[in-house]
Amino acid sequence: MSTPVLELSGISKTFGAVRALSDVDFQVGEGEVVALLGDNGAGKSTLVKVISGAHPADSGGTIRWDGRPVSINSPSDSQKLGIATIYQDLALCDNLDIVANLFLGNESLHFPGTLDEVEMESRAMELLDSLSVRIPSLRVPVASLSGGQRQIIAIARSLLGQPRVVMLDEPTAALGVAQTAQVLDLIERLRDQGHGVVLISHNMADVRAVADRAVVLRLGRNAGDFPIAETSYEEIVAAITGAADNPVSRRSERTASPVPATEDK
Amino acid sequence: MTQQIDASKAEGAAAPQAPRDPRLLTTVASPKGWLQAARRNLRGGELGPFPVIIGLVLIAIVFQSLNDRFLSPQNLSNLTVQIAAIGLMTAGVLMVLLLGEIDLSIGSVAGLSAAVLAVLAVKQGMPEWLAILAAIAVGLLIGLLHGVVFAKVGVPAFVVTLAGLLGWQGVHLYLMGSDGTINTSPNGAIAMLTQTYFVPVVGWGLAALAIGLYVVSVLTAERRRRSSGLPYKPPAEILLRTALLALPILGGVWVLNQYKGVPLAFLIFLGTVVVLDLVLRKTRYGRMVYAVGGNAEAARRAGIQVDMVRISVFGIASALAALGGILLVSRNFAASVSTGDGAELMMAIAAAVIGGTSLFGGRGNAYSALLGGLVLGAITSGLLLLQMDTSVRFMITAAVLLVAVVMDAASRRGRKTHARGGA
Repeated sequence: MSTPVLELSGISKTFGAVRALSDVDFQVGEGEVVALLGDNGAGKSTLVKVISGAHPADSGGTIRWDGRPVSINSPSDSQKLGIATIYQDLALCDNLDIVANLFLGNESLHFPGTLDEVEMESRAMELLDSLSVRIPSLRVPVASLSGGQRQIIAIARSLLGQPRVVMLDEPTAALGVAQTAQVLDLIERLRDQGHGVVLISHNMADVRAVADRAVVLRLGRNAGDFPIAETSYEEIVAAITGAADNPVSRRSERTASPVPATEDK
Repeated sequence: MTQQIDASKAEGAAAPQAPRDPRLLTTVASPKGWLQAARRNLRGGELGPFPVIIGLVLIAIVFQSLNDRFLSPQNLSNLTVQIAAIGLMTAGVLMVLLLGEIDLSIGSVAGLSAAVLAVLAVKQGMPEWLAILAAIAVGLLIGLLHGVVFAKVGVPAFVVTLAGLLGWQGVHLYLMGSDGTINTSPNGAIAMLTQTYFVPVVGWGLAALAIGLYVVSVLTAERRRRSSGLPYKPPAEILLRTALLALPILGGVWVLNQYKGVPLAFLIFLGTVVVLDLVLRKTRYGRMVYAVGGNAEAARRAGIQVDMVRISVFGIASALAALGGILLVSRNFAASVSTGDGAELMMAIAAAVIGGTSLFGGRGNAYSALLGGLVLGAITSGLLLLQMDTSVRFMITAAVLLVAVVMDAASRRGRKTHARGGA
């Protein structure tokens, strides 16, 4: 296998007396969708924040980018490497239109230093076309978009910086069925374009639909790295909960058995 | 906003045309089509300047029927000079409102700048133009101070500027000392600000220049949009828009030329509004102001230095308030202990809201300072002609303000149900 774009090994992070991550390994390659799974408090968000530079890791671990060691101490370090992070709260300006949001803080200018709306609008159109996103007008305020469209705009916005790794934090959490499908399509298109995608999600259906690998964290430690195609749902759940006997398996046994269980455990 | 997608692909070396999205309603380039688009916008809560313009027409009809001097060139000319001072303060407070904040200190800052101007020019014998610059600089520094305390220390803008309202009025009274009033020279640079009227040809020239620049810039922009394959406005619509712009400009110049010509004070106000509008719509800085007003966290994540935007906006607001204070001195030939401590602050905020600026940030444009200022100025002027008391003026102004806010709230509901953003 070729060198992964981003490779973390032995990453730890302590907050006061709490060790949120201990000795965690993680890697993502080009054109690969890696799901990051784990229960609440497993350390998913902390790992994302370490990668995005919001919380630098404790010393001891190594982060490699294209095989060479790098350090990520601030969000701008992470962005400079080519990592884009899309958080759950999308951070769009509702009062601005789609084009303005896409280019916020990164506007194209022309003589004499004024905004080049034509350039920005055509680039926005190209970008959205390349993602096969169809939105009737790019000049409506973002407030008028659906949740899925907003998510797509937020993702598209992060792509303008030509990132190689895109991290999505719960991208489908608040979306309906059709909108979730739109976002999943988009994730697949990102993969096909050669981006590495890190997908944090609680939704196993989404994970199984688009991810190539699933990295499971439990209580701040690695609890498994599964190729999705060859792993059953139960195995992943077992890794997330840390036991083959877990609420999910008990429930599925109960509901699957034709005769109601008479004895309780 | 009406748009049309180029259907004739044969024309020119056309860039690849995106197929028109079937969900997008297009506007037929005909009076009927424009009317339909306007109705769509109205129902969606996009009122634009229409309510204010209708209000202005109503005010004009009512006062003209009560006193036929209301629409006389002399009265209208005086009106434009009268609104300049508060109009500038409105332009300043409008910037702060766009951030979703409030500046309560602009009246006091205007008063203080008037005192600084009078003390420097009359008591210290400083050249008047230098005193004017110094007074504006004092305003700018005060605003930056407010901005720093608000943005860096994190004190709510309401409290910072409330302290400013009291504190700067105190400094104002201190500077004026026991005099109460300092008279300025009736024929110096200060007086010139509101006593200068331009000969007719200057007014016509400026009007032609403004309309010409508008047409050229719109035509170039629409041609570029068309050659890039983006939706563009058809020539007929550009013509209509130009006509709608030219009508008030040419009409205004014609009326003002009937009296003494276009007044300098009004030009200063109008120029400020136009520059502010261009800055807000066409520059990166303006985009930042709207972004911070819409969602400060999103702006911060986009790499915008939110604190710098906030500090600079407060600086601009106070500098414009100081300029307003200077015009107040110019018109009265004097600075007094009561300059800027009366209804100026409330009138400035009311004018911005009447003009259509949202109090919740991120929504509004520079022209609301002009339109709101005209509404309040027209009411004041009309009631003066009718020799009504200030009490009546306050009550009527309050009613107009309430109507404006009610309409804003109603249109906000319209925007919400039509998913155009609530703020």
